[in-house]
Amino acid sequence: MKRLIVLFSLVALGASLSLVLRAQQPDVIGDITKKGGKANIAIPDFRGSGQAQAFMSAFNSTLSSEIENSGLLRLVPKSLMPLRIPQQPTDFKQPPVPGQRGNGQYIGDWSGPPTNTTYLAFGYTAAQNNQLVLYGWLYNVQLPDASQAQLFGKVYTGTLDEDGARKVAREFAADILKQFGAASLIGTKVYYVSDRTGHKEIWSMDYDGSNQKAFTHYGSISTFPCVSPAADKVAFTSYVSGRPDIVLFSTLSGRKLPYYNQHASMNAASDFTPDGQRLLIYSTANGGYSQIYSTGIDGRDLKRLTFGNYISVEPKVNPKTGRDIVFVSDRSGQPQIYTMSLDGAGEVTRLTSGEGEAVNPSWAPDGQHIAFAWTRGFEPGNYNIFVMDVASRTLTQLTYGAGRNENPSWAPDGVHLVYSSKQGRTLQIWTMLADGTGKRQLTTSGNNEKPVWSKASQ
Amino acid sequence: MSRTLKFRILQFSTLLMLLALVFSATGCKKKTPPPPPPPVQQAPPPPPPSKPTINSFTAEPTSIEQGQSSTLRWSVSNATDITIDQGVGAVQSEGTRAVQPNATTTYTLAVRGPGGTDSRSVTVEVTTPPPPPPPPPAENKRSAIEMINQDVKDIYFDYNKNDIRGDAQATLQTDADVLKKVFADDPNIAVLIEGNCDERGSAEYNLALGDRRAQSAKDYLVQLGVAADRLKTVSYGKEKPVCTEATEDCYQRNRHDHFAPAQK
Repeated sequence: MKRLIVLFSLVALGASLSLVLRAQQPDVIGDITKKGGKANIAIPDFRGSGQAQAFMSAFNSTLSSEIENSGLLRLVPKSLMPLRIPQQPTDFKQPPVPGQRGNGQYIGDWSGPPTNTTYLAFGYTAAQNNQLVLYGWLYNVQLPDASQAQLFGKVYTGTLDEDGARKVAREFAADILKQFGAASLIGTKVYYVSDRTGHKEIWSMDYDGSNQKAFTHYGSISTFPCVSPAADKVAFTSYVSGRPDIVLFSTLSGRKLPYYNQHASMNAASDFTPDGQRLLIYSTANGGYSQIYSTGIDGRDLKRLTFGNYISVEPKVNPKTGRDIVFVSDRSGQPQIYTMSLDGAGEVTRLTSGEGEAVNPSWAPDGQHIAFAWTRGFEPGNYNIFVMDVASRTLTQLTYGAGRNENPSWAPDGVHLVYSSKQGRTLQIWTMLADGTGKRQLTTSGNNEKPVWSKASQ
Repeated sequence: MSRTLKFRILQFSTLLMLLALVFSATGCKKKTPPPPPPPVQQAPPPPPPSKPTINSFTAEPTSIEQGQSSTLRWSVSNATDITIDQGVGAVQSEGTRAVQPNATTTYTLAVRGPGGTDSRSVTVEVTTPPPPPPPPPAENKRSAIEMINQDVKDIYFDYNKNDIRGDAQATLQTDADVLKKVFADDPNIAVLIEGNCDERGSAEYNLALGDRRAQSAKDYLVQLGVAADRLKTVSYGKEKPVCTEATEDCYQRNRHDHFAPAQK
């Protein structure tokens, strides 16, 4: 049994990796995914007893979209499901004759045609002690015996309203996705820039676009947010002093923290080191071209990384190794993406081909891939989002066509990206899977840009 | 000779006679004094005539603007001689007179009669309207801020470039002449060179590019002799576009350095 779970988990993990590595065919992972594709999951509508039923519409739509947006599994259409929906394990019966078909009470009714699913999520909710309680199970129905099919069964509680229904749905979905190697996005936030008040301010929202809140109220130009790995600090660049300077905030207290800005015509925040102890910035502290520096978390202890009469901006530290950075420079003409070591030793290597303009690099949590914006094949200003395997330089294009798609930032799960897209007259923030599918718009009001996806803060 | 002698004798005798006369007179005074003359018998004096009275003496209004008039009004009793000074002259015991003084004037009504004199004064205050404002300064007396705003022209750049183009060199030459004059005239003024970019590049790269564009102009102006400590720079990247159309014309207008007056 355990061995089987491990096997299926490996298949699922392979499926998720293939999202990122699709361009790297042929290889073993690619062969597996070509044959198998995404695993099917059936999620019939859950029902609630008594008062709980009123909130089941919110529950069912949240559960389905969370699973679908993960990109890890394919949802079986409800029209292909049997009529009798199990609500608890005891609803499954042993067929009198092995292989006999029923109305949904036999496990084979789900694994066989037309449903053809591998996984089945089922359960029910009830109002208990003025709380909404979810009893949820995940079965692998490909196993011959229902008594061994359960992957997990768990009880969840939330408030007895639609918010509570969405909460238990998200938690159940996270536990399902965890079976397939996906990290939960619950509690993760997106920091971004919005001009909906008439000034560019830093804003935050939940990863699904809910709970949009202004984080700054400077009435100036505040932009380029970056978030510490522990999600306890936000650094950004603001004109509140009259020229671009770095501002550091605690996300826990909502208060400004001391940060010493270099006496320079510009200082811009770009990234935190994985230990959260230093900040990567670009600055004219040398009096010439913008160069890459690192500073202590208080702005002291300035260390210069790049030299030469070229513009260098947007340094991002490898979150896995903490040793190498990627950044944007125009040393070969148009802006391109380069890499170098954080200690300044070793040489500067260009990662992109030199064609067009390549900007906005963002490390995937695995420390092996970067997403970035590239004008390849288009006029200046028309960026699309690409993912590169840094070791092999293999590319996957995630957005297509004219319009601006910029500033990709990886979700902590390594499977989702948030980015900004200008498709009409305004810039808005979208999320998508790392294979370019499942695009969802999160913002609508004003212009919204420079998203950065942060972990859940503790 | 004999006549002189005779005269002398005559003189001497005269002297003796005079002496005798003096002695005799002195002897008279020492006698009893005569009685005083009797007092004059007089009739009782007539009652004194009434003192002249000024019942009223006013000016209405008491405050006028230059060119307006005020009316003096008076009433006097028991006077035979009534005059108002300041060129009004003799008047009747009751009356009015319009006056139009050019400046604040005090009018004194003086009366005289058998019973005495009296006088009273009123003052008519004349206010002067404020003087007209000074004439506007001549054309060549514009402020330093106006000269920078009007005469220091923006310069323009090529896409993703911060080189000073040929057209920008000519503009900067003119700008330098204006700035040198402005800075010489006003020791407190400076210029903020604002570097800007069009919307196509990334905002992060454009922040650094706008900084270079501002710095390039500063370096060029310093080469032309403009004081470096009067030239400040800032990059707005693509955050402050002057237009938002997706046209080459608009892109070009946004790829510019603007020169704004600033405090030194």
